[in-house]
Amino acid sequence: MSQEANMRRVTAIKNGTVIDHIPAGKALSVLKMLGIEGDMSNPVSLVMNVPSKKMGGKDIIKVEDRELTQTELDRLALVAPDASVAIIRAYSVAEKLDINLTDEVVNVAKCAFTNCITVNPKEPLPHRLIVTSRMPLRLRCRYCGKEQDTEALVDNLI
Amino acid sequence: MPGLITMDDLTNEEIISILDDAERLLPVARGELYLPLLQGRILGNLFFEPSTRTRMSFETAMKRLGGDVVNLGDVKTSSVVKGETLFDTIQMVDGYTDIIAMRHPRQGAAQYACDSAKVPILNGGDGAGHHPTQTMLDLFTIRQAHGTLESLNVVLAGDLRYGRTVHSLSHALVRFGCNVIFASPDSLRMPEEIISDLKIHGAEVVETDDLLGQINDADVIYMTRIQKERFPDEEEYAKVAGAYKLEASDLDGAKSDMIIMHPLPRVDEIHPSVDSTRHARYFEQAFNGVVARMALMCRLLGVEVPEDINEQGVVL
Ligand SMILES: [Zn+2]
Repeated sequence: MSQEANMRRVTAIKNGTVIDHIPAGKALSVLKMLGIEGDMSNPVSLVMNVPSKKMGGKDIIKVEDRELTQTELDRLALVAPDASVAIIRAYSVAEKLDINLTDEVVNVAKCAFTNCITVNPKEPLPHRLIVTSRMPLRLRCRYCGKEQDTEALVDNLI
Repeated sequence: MPGLITMDDLTNEEIISILDDAERLLPVARGELYLPLLQGRILGNLFFEPSTRTRMSFETAMKRLGGDVVNLGDVKTSSVVKGETLFDTIQMVDGYTDIIAMRHPRQGAAQYACDSAKVPILNGGDGAGHHPTQTMLDLFTIRQAHGTLESLNVVLAGDLRYGRTVHSLSHALVRFGCNVIFASPDSLRMPEEIISDLKIHGAEVVETDDLLGQINDADVIYMTRIQKERFPDEEEYAKVAGAYKLEASDLDGAKSDMIIMHPLPRVDEIHPSVDSTRHARYFEQAFNGVVARMALMCRLLGVEVPEDINEQGVVL
């Protein structure tokens, strides 16, 4: 209960989604991964480098009046696999969601290798990155086999 | 549909069993026996970049087994230039053929084609990626000479950095417990990620820049071409490349059954004086490409190579 109370304190929004326990400094990557840009109408607040017992420092994002879907949240596995997500309705936590890292990340990020067959944007098959290790996160392209730079994934989002 | 995209698609047992098939198919490959195991089947040769040797080898393999071949034709005039995707090209050829052999300048193209096709895909080279049919013919050549693939001392020499042939071959050799010795100039050393990968698989890897010092202990010396373009100037190239040349006189202390291989074409790295020694095996190796590809096509098409091949075939 105390955790929930804590969450409520940090997340004083009426309706929407709160993403907590984002590794410090990754909040902007998370927004990018969720496709949340400046031109959307929902209010978004961002707290960065909050002291955290568990993580040392963490970032928090609050998106008002929008409930992120599980599919949207699973994209976050690439930058913030341990983030906690709460759907807020009428100021209280209505639902808690987990971020799932699947064995294969399909159509989230492109392979970064410049000579990969997938660089042709007209090729219709999905971009597929295979998870070869979870801790630390390691991915390789299903097609060319190249190991991906996980820090650079956010620059290759689809 | 399963295809052969990388050597990881085959277990060691499958490799050995395909090499056994290839062994039995030798008289068919030589044209001594007619055995139309693939009669009525059509191979689609999709070479998106020129490689006359590999393409001819696939074509010969299919025709020796009584099958037929259709070719993509010159890439410069084909639909690829008009911007057709690989996916669309594969959809079309998939409908025309029973199996596809392809080479493509982009890495991952073979797996991509495999995911797009219903017929099996044989990867004949994708960018700097894989070339498993070459590895199979190399393994066939080594086993033919030594009767085994296990625990041999194999020296891979020359350009180990850019040569995809030596990358997949060294992986395969390590799977069979061979000792691999990499002899190359410093600027063309085997990539770090491949070395660490081989070590993970329990291999003892030796790196050296002294090729001649490795000759006497070697069971196999696998030479590759060092390309001028890799060097800043002619002088530097001449200096480096000079140390990775073999002449007949270098082989005096070699084991009598040591073989010298080369994926061809060679430039200066193997002097013609070597050709007439008992060690030269590169021309047989090129021929073995036909028999290895015959066995692979039979396997991927689910056609069994009979044990009593001589009784089933017609002597020519
Ligand atoms: Zn790729």
